[in-house]
Amino acid sequence: MTRKSRRLWMLLLCALGLGSATALTLSAFQDNLVFFRSPSDIAREAPTADRAFRLGGLVETGSVVRETAPDGKPEARFRVTDGAHGVPVTYAGVLPDLFREGQGVVTLGRLGPDGTFRASEVLARHDESYMPPEVADALKRSGHWNPNQGGPPPAATWNTLEPASAQPRRGS
Amino acid sequence: METVDTSLGARPLSPAPRGGLHRFANPGRFLRLSGRVLPWLTAAAVLTLGIGLPWGLFFSPPDWQQGETVRILYIHVPMAWLAMGGYAGLAIGSILSLIWRHPLADLACRELSPIGALATALCLATGSLWGKPMWGTWWVWDARLTSVLVLFFLWLGHAALVRAFDDTERGARMGAILALIGAVNVPIVKFSVDWWNTLHQPASVTRLGAPGLHVDILYPLLVCALGFTLAFMALVLARTRAAVMERRIRALELAAARRAEAA
Repeated sequence: MTRKSRRLWMLLLCALGLGSATALTLSAFQDNLVFFRSPSDIAREAPTADRAFRLGGLVETGSVVRETAPDGKPEARFRVTDGAHGVPVTYAGVLPDLFREGQGVVTLGRLGPDGTFRASEVLARHDESYMPPEVADALKRSGHWNPNQGGPPPAATWNTLEPASAQPRRGS
Repeated sequence: METVDTSLGARPLSPAPRGGLHRFANPGRFLRLSGRVLPWLTAAAVLTLGIGLPWGLFFSPPDWQQGETVRILYIHVPMAWLAMGGYAGLAIGSILSLIWRHPLADLACRELSPIGALATALCLATGSLWGKPMWGTWWVWDARLTSVLVLFFLWLGHAALVRAFDDTERGARMGAILALIGAVNVPIVKFSVDWWNTLHQPASVTRLGAPGLHVDILYPLLVCALGFTLAFMALVLARTRAAVMERRIRALELAAARRAEAA
């Protein structure tokens, strides 16, 4: 065995060891590496009442109520859903610009004894689709997409859509 | 004098293999070849960015809900790809340097890491500028953002480590080991958005099925990415050339000093 091939085998062995060590560590910390928990996670295993955590999901359609508190601060009530389960959320403060019904959000706060999540911070989550306003309008007009009810249809139906035409291509 | 001229600095060129990878280890041949390639590479980068940047920054449509803020994408995404792709290049160079003791790979890695750190810094800065108006925060410690910050520190650490030794060969060896250990972070950066839920959105371009970007946004993005990649390569090549020449000058000066001493 030449020195070169010995170095090669050493390196491969080290890579194997380091790779499996990293994979094991990451899978062991799986639960701590998630940024937020979904309403289904909460329904399965509710965290203790005084523990702060992040709750993420879509803002449920028709659930947003914006109010003004007696001290003049804006307040919002809405439900965060992942389709299977939903959690009611209250938040006092200014919502980010992207916040709307059907948008993904991540909220930080505590679960109250009544099952309402009291958020101290609301972040909007952007999905992985990017489209010009004309294309979004065309999809909305033709009834293929209601942004208040969640993400856009499969990208293949619109990502080459001419903004001028109102009808998206069918199928993918 | 003869031995000094054909080696990079103090290390004599390994005598045995003339073919294979060590064909390019000859610094004279490298300077000739790269000197011919570099002007074309630079011109291609300037031309591609000259088309891609105005297209992305001025002539492409805004996003339906992000508005004009979407244009940060044309810098942010190419920089993110270069931060990761450049690191893959650093890992390959480190393997060449550790196993085959390729002297040019040592130099290229040394000159690559500051540029990689710059790309990663730009990726982080533009991402933060986008995050404030869109997400509502400059920074969160989710898996994607944190792993890219680690990548930035790895680039900086490599750049500092290879320069921290008086013996340049030793520095290169240490840097290569650090680069290869840090390479486990690259798949973590890439797949963090799939393995764990994050605030950062999942991949739009390199996903299964159709890309999640409308072609009016996708095409300028791809042109910008190509342009920045060419510029990145041109910068690294120019820096490596300069480093080879620097070594040569130092070797010549040493030889001259030794001759003067002997005389």
